[in-house]
Amino acid sequence: MTELAFKGPEPDQLRRRHRAEKRFRLIALLSVWLGLAFLSVLFVIVVTSGADAVRQTKILLNISLDSSEFEGGKGSGLAQIRKANFEGLVKRSIRNDFPRAKSRKQKRELAKLVSSGAAYEVREFVEANPEKIGESIDIWVTASDDVDMLLKGKLKRNMPADIRQISDQQLIWLDQLQAEDRLETQFNWTLFTKGDSREPEQAGIAGAMIGSLYSVLVCLLISFPLGVLASIYLESFAPKNGWTSFLEVNINNLAAVPSIVFGLLGLAVFLNFFQLPRSAPLVGGMVLALMTLPTIIIAGRAAIQSVPPSIKEAALAVGASPIQAVFHHVLPLAMPGILTGTIIGTARALGETAPLLMIGMVAFVVDLPVTFTDPATALPVQVYLWSDMPERAFAERTSAAILVLLAFVGALNLTAVILRNKFETRY
Amino acid sequence: MEDNYIESLTTPLTKNTLTAQSALPDENLKAKMSTSDLSVFYGNSPALRNVSLNIFSNEVTALIGPSGCGKSTFIRSLNRMNDTIDICRIEGAVYLDGLNIYEPSRDVVQLRTQVGMVFQKPNPFPKSIFENVAYGPRIHGMAKTKDELHGIVLGSLERAGLLDEVKHRLDTPGTSLSGGQQQRLCIARAIAVRPDIILMDEPCSALDPIATKRIEELITELKAEYTIVIVTHSMQQARRLSDKTAYFHLGSIVEHGETAEVFENPVDERTADYVRGRIG
Repeated sequence: MTELAFKGPEPDQLRRRHRAEKRFRLIALLSVWLGLAFLSVLFVIVVTSGADAVRQTKILLNISLDSSEFEGGKGSGLAQIRKANFEGLVKRSIRNDFPRAKSRKQKRELAKLVSSGAAYEVREFVEANPEKIGESIDIWVTASDDVDMLLKGKLKRNMPADIRQISDQQLIWLDQLQAEDRLETQFNWTLFTKGDSREPEQAGIAGAMIGSLYSVLVCLLISFPLGVLASIYLESFAPKNGWTSFLEVNINNLAAVPSIVFGLLGLAVFLNFFQLPRSAPLVGGMVLALMTLPTIIIAGRAAIQSVPPSIKEAALAVGASPIQAVFHHVLPLAMPGILTGTIIGTARALGETAPLLMIGMVAFVVDLPVTFTDPATALPVQVYLWSDMPERAFAERTSAAILVLLAFVGALNLTAVILRNKFETRY
Repeated sequence: MEDNYIESLTTPLTKNTLTAQSALPDENLKAKMSTSDLSVFYGNSPALRNVSLNIFSNEVTALIGPSGCGKSTFIRSLNRMNDTIDICRIEGAVYLDGLNIYEPSRDVVQLRTQVGMVFQKPNPFPKSIFENVAYGPRIHGMAKTKDELHGIVLGSLERAGLLDEVKHRLDTPGTSLSGGQQQRLCIARAIAVRPDIILMDEPCSALDPIATKRIEELITELKAEYTIVIVTHSMQQARRLSDKTAYFHLGSIVEHGETAEVFENPVDERTADYVRGRIG
């Protein structure tokens, strides 16, 4: 009888169990905090180094728009304005400010204070205000990237002159400009409105943003309907036979295929066989859609499976056809799950570089893409390209591009949460 | 007991059933629905073997028997709900108004509007009460106008005895109702498409006694207009409600006939054991 009576576990064993429990919790908590710490370190680094890119150093120039400059070419209006030598105008203006720079070397150094894009800025101004021809204008033009770096404190004045990239003479000029309040940092519109450039101060991510947007749009338009229909078919209509399970296994495997392989597939099929244009967001989106499809199908099937079969039976029992039962009842209930999968897949596609490299979206594209077949890059590709550039000013722009990419992903996730809450129904 | 179960697999139908079967030609004409030698297999294992049963108009037919005896399989084969199960295979015939519902040319959608079903667990759509009832009439185009649809919905709720409780909140979710109300909503949904026959698979098993009583009263009322087949685990319920009772055992009908007969004077020993509460 005594053997049968159980008085609970031994105190020793109990203590061991409690200790194991505490240990596990401690380790779990530690790993969570470690993950959070790494994330915040990464975030702080990216934000601090990217924040500078939002501002750009500008120099105030006084440019006299002599009418004689605009009379040389044939034609009238814009065509004539475009023929003028704006580069010369800019150079002359800054030489007027520092008349003591006489040698060739000094003149060259002087011209290097402003960006080579300054001429375009003056031209844009004149095109917008042709009535100013003949007058003298004050205009803020972009400074060169080295000046920008100096003002942001990334080039130190006390560095040895031979590696400073800014000569002692240039420093004197800049000090003079600053004393006259003609040198300051302003909001960097270029970064958000222009395409890529070899000159960091003229480079923008607008092209990459549009490219990413177009690619993801194409990717969604292809992969979402296809993925949803495929998961509905596999889950509700496909006969359970060997062929179907073969398909299922392969879809699961596809989700694990390295993305560059999809890029190769796109190169071989879309570019070489179908002769679609290179570097186009259309093709990029198609390749990303191939990559996203398995994710959507897997998530979609899981979501459809989780809808109680009684709902479908109820619909069938009042005489709904199987298609009606699925589209009227099962699909709306499965939507939150399907959307979650779609967003996970799309967010991954948005951050993908490898497949885009294969189809030529890694090109140096200056013009902003307008149609889906215009050459374009994507945000992650732009990050990759800029991180490779030798100019110091590209470093902060790389971080800024990363931030924009993160914002894109964040916006995507937010949309998903909103949509999910909208579709979520109790049953 | 153990021997009995095994034996029952091999013994032919018992006397009571046989007499009923011998009267088949005659009764078959009067029967609203009848099965003849219906066998259902899931994969290779049989769930029903050679079941022949007549179901008559404006009567309640109760199907009783221990769990796993094939009652649900049987009732689900009456409106071809088993079609949704891939591995399910059916032999024999089920006649509705003299026509075999398993004819290849038979339209399942049309069949299910004639033979409605109420399930064990209340399964309203996660939509409003109105939408729950309106769904069937809408997909079948039964109402030309909104008013007509409204009329059908209210009429169905009325007949399901639910209208007074929900008429002020037709746009609240059907899932917000209590279990008993949900089940009556499901009945309203089934009768909204004007079926001839309503199949009920243990409609009260998830309900408390009071809700059960409401449903039972409802079934008795509905009998005047519909033919009802009900699967139940409650002997008392079968006795209270039904006109005819069939006792299922391991995939066969062991005994069927007038409810009073089956309960008072069961011919088969297994039926007697079951209805008297000795097993099950």
